[in-house]
Amino acid sequence: MGTVESLLTPTEEQEQGTGSKTMSALKELITLIKTNASSYMMYFALVVIMLVFQIWTGGKFFTAQNITNLFNQAAYVAVLAIGMTIILILKHIDLSCGYVAGLSGAVAAILMEKAGINVWLSMLIVLLMALAIGFYQGFLVTKMGIPAFITTLAGMFIFRGLLTRSLAKTGTIIVTDEAFKGMCQGYLPDIPGLHLGFHLVTMIIAVVAVLAFIWFQCRSRAHKRKYDFPVASTSIFVAGMFAVSAVILTAAWMLAINKGIPVSLCIVGVILAGYAFMLSKTKLGRHIYGIGGNDQAAELSGVDVKKVTMFAFCSMSVLAAVAGFLYTSRLSSATPTAGLAFEMDAIASSYIGGTAVSGGVGKVTNAIIGTFVIMSLTNGMNLLMIDISYQYIVKGIIFIIAVAFDVRSRKK
Amino acid sequence: MSDEYILEMRNIVKEFPGVKALNDVNFKVRRGEIHCLVGENGAGKSTLMKVLSGVWKYGTYTGDIVLDGEVQQFKSIADSEAKGIAIIYQELALFPELSVYENIFMGHEIMKGKQIDWNETIVQSKEYLKKVRLDVNPAWQVKRLNTGKQQLVEIAKALSKNCRLLIFDEPTSSLNEDDSENLLNIMRELRDQGITCIMISHKLREVTAIADTITVLRDGSTICSLDAKTDDISEANIIKHMVGRTIDDIYPKRLEKNVGNVMFEVRNLSAEDRATGRQILKDVSFNVRAGEIVGLQGLMGAGRTECALAVFGNPYKYKITSGDVWLDGEPVHFKTPKQAIKKGLAYVSEDRKGNGLVLIQDVRYNTTISNLEELINKISIDENKEIGVANKYKKEINIKTPTVAQKVGNLSGGNQQKVQIAKWLFSHPKVLILDEPTRGIDVGAKFEIYSIMNELVKQGMSIIMISSELPEVLGMSDRLYVMSEGKITGQLDIEDATEEKVMKMAINA
Repeated sequence: MGTVESLLTPTEEQEQGTGSKTMSALKELITLIKTNASSYMMYFALVVIMLVFQIWTGGKFFTAQNITNLFNQAAYVAVLAIGMTIILILKHIDLSCGYVAGLSGAVAAILMEKAGINVWLSMLIVLLMALAIGFYQGFLVTKMGIPAFITTLAGMFIFRGLLTRSLAKTGTIIVTDEAFKGMCQGYLPDIPGLHLGFHLVTMIIAVVAVLAFIWFQCRSRAHKRKYDFPVASTSIFVAGMFAVSAVILTAAWMLAINKGIPVSLCIVGVILAGYAFMLSKTKLGRHIYGIGGNDQAAELSGVDVKKVTMFAFCSMSVLAAVAGFLYTSRLSSATPTAGLAFEMDAIASSYIGGTAVSGGVGKVTNAIIGTFVIMSLTNGMNLLMIDISYQYIVKGIIFIIAVAFDVRSRKK
Repeated sequence: MSDEYILEMRNIVKEFPGVKALNDVNFKVRRGEIHCLVGENGAGKSTLMKVLSGVWKYGTYTGDIVLDGEVQQFKSIADSEAKGIAIIYQELALFPELSVYENIFMGHEIMKGKQIDWNETIVQSKEYLKKVRLDVNPAWQVKRLNTGKQQLVEIAKALSKNCRLLIFDEPTSSLNEDDSENLLNIMRELRDQGITCIMISHKLREVTAIADTITVLRDGSTICSLDAKTDDISEANIIKHMVGRTIDDIYPKRLEKNVGNVMFEVRNLSAEDRATGRQILKDVSFNVRAGEIVGLQGLMGAGRTECALAVFGNPYKYKITSGDVWLDGEPVHFKTPKQAIKKGLAYVSEDRKGNGLVLIQDVRYNTTISNLEELINKISIDENKEIGVANKYKKEINIKTPTVAQKVGNLSGGNQQKVQIAKWLFSHPKVLILDEPTRGIDVGAKFEIYSIMNELVKQGMSIIMISSELPEVLGMSDRLYVMSEGKITGQLDIEDATEEKVMKMAINA
């Protein structure tokens, strides 16, 4: 009898001391991790991968220079992954985006360097070209009913051919325009005349970002509380915010003692913020999740499925063009091999970031985490001078483990 | 253990996180009887059958399953099948592209050496088809058969596995009256051949017609077992046990009727299926007035759903060959559901999981998806307002969910249906089309949905109710149309309508 009673009243014991309070927080943390295993998986993977490289390279991974380099390396994949996430939520796929990126970089280089057109006008023309490509593929998928896999596989052939064709006479084109190169090689300017030993603007932006993050989190938590939605306990919540803030500030400090925030990071940040807002706060975003979750129900609920799908393909191609600019900018040149397997990294990023294989679920912010998983692997293995063949194998293994884990945890 | 019982389930307890789905259930089935299992949705019928068939394997529940006097420990469906237990599910598990005989012997093919003996397969499948009185060529692809016939194929498949205990989960929920009657007859024949049948059903009329024994479950517990020969098995008595109260009136009465002008009218609508060229609607005309419930009755495949969809923006792109539609005195021509919704039409789908709801999204999402415009503040959705709206409907139409952040897929059928209704109420329609609004939901939830309908027409809305359940149409409508083979075959005022009259119109094309 006594045992039964003690089982029934565990709460009293819990409140007796602070020791048991930490115990209950720990318990909550464990259940939280268990129930949300798939959404924490990528953070866990990222941390493990980074630590492994840090040790293996003998401390070369977490240097100011390398972190800056990682951001610049990852930028074009991140931009592609944002577009790809939307395509994947809709249960489509875009295999052509890699070569659309490659072609866009090449055309931009030709316009600037060969035709002598102003850099901004060149980029505008290329963006319009990409939009037209998006319309073309979107048209085939929505109006002709050709599966996206086929449409974009064909596109992959076509744009690869166009890319090779466009650079056939000139070969690799060296880009000399400083503004263009600045996109993936430049840094935000600091306040002139300061000699603090670190980049002040970077730290100001980081602190503002952290404050904004905390404010948004608190507001959202207050809202959830107000409507009795389930929320994490205060200790877990505070711990989580500390962790995120620490990561932001550390990363910012690493950039600040180098040359500051890379322009590429700003470009990715702006695009990411726009797309994250669109997906979570606007009608278009709701419609995208609706179509992914149940396209027939969405259609009967008044969602214009074709229009939304068309948007997704157009946005993908335009983002591919931006990715092409970033890649070309980083290399300072447009080459016929640009675009090879870009779509693979983008798709892998999206899935590692928790986009559901069955569609309807996915976040662009998490896709970026996925990008960093993939690009940390590339970056770390490059530091270790591991042969590219092994790099592909390792990336493939990490990718399939991530997706297998996700599929399994969704079944439960 | 006497030989009288083929199956005894003793003290079965099955828990899911947070819910006790089965709480000490006892369930005994006599050899060679038809045993009906009834109860509201969520009473635990399906869970009990899943325990029996090994879907919830041994060890995930407590209690004993005793088959022919032996305690069984099923680890999989294959284990229970090996002991002669087979389930015919509501959603059929056939391969539409394969032939009837391939389907029947799928998984236990007849072999001659290393190869399948197709000749023997066809010969044997003919015999099994005869047993279920299905007169079709076994070489036909299953997709050529209608749902009723497909179900018979499914039964033939079970028989071919030498099953002794056949479980039917809502077998008639998607069948028309004829096919239902046929199925019940076949169940009787199977019983006479010594096969024990368990039937889960919401259709009490069928239950009372066919059962030898009726077991009632409520909230995961056995309430009673009624013997058809000795106990009172009237529908009223069964309902009393199911809900724990007597429902004096299944259909709530409307006290005041104030029917207004014609709100919605369809004239001479004809349509064809683009793929097959089959005419699905022939010269269909009907109307509904403000504050009126109009029933659209007919057998399965009569074209009622097609008719509703053709006017609701034609999402499946039927080829409309003629016809005009008027809404609130204006001629309208909707090219997409979006346009139809904007002008005040709403369609509650018969297939809430298939094309009614986004199951992986929450109650709030599903409630507001059709009318997000109303929640937009500049360019973003005002989530405070949105949750307010969802909570309002949760309260008003009594959606049972802890919060509106609950995924719709986790709700019971009745509550899912209420979410569908909430979605359309929030789009503020003038005309609400309800397609099989109470299919597969329990008595209590049905009553609530009827009450909501009455409240809506009181406020002046027009309702078109499509339903296969005759008593429901007769109980709720002010006026009804009967369809058969794509045509309107009759119109009746409720005062003149009897089941016989309606059935006659529904059968006679």
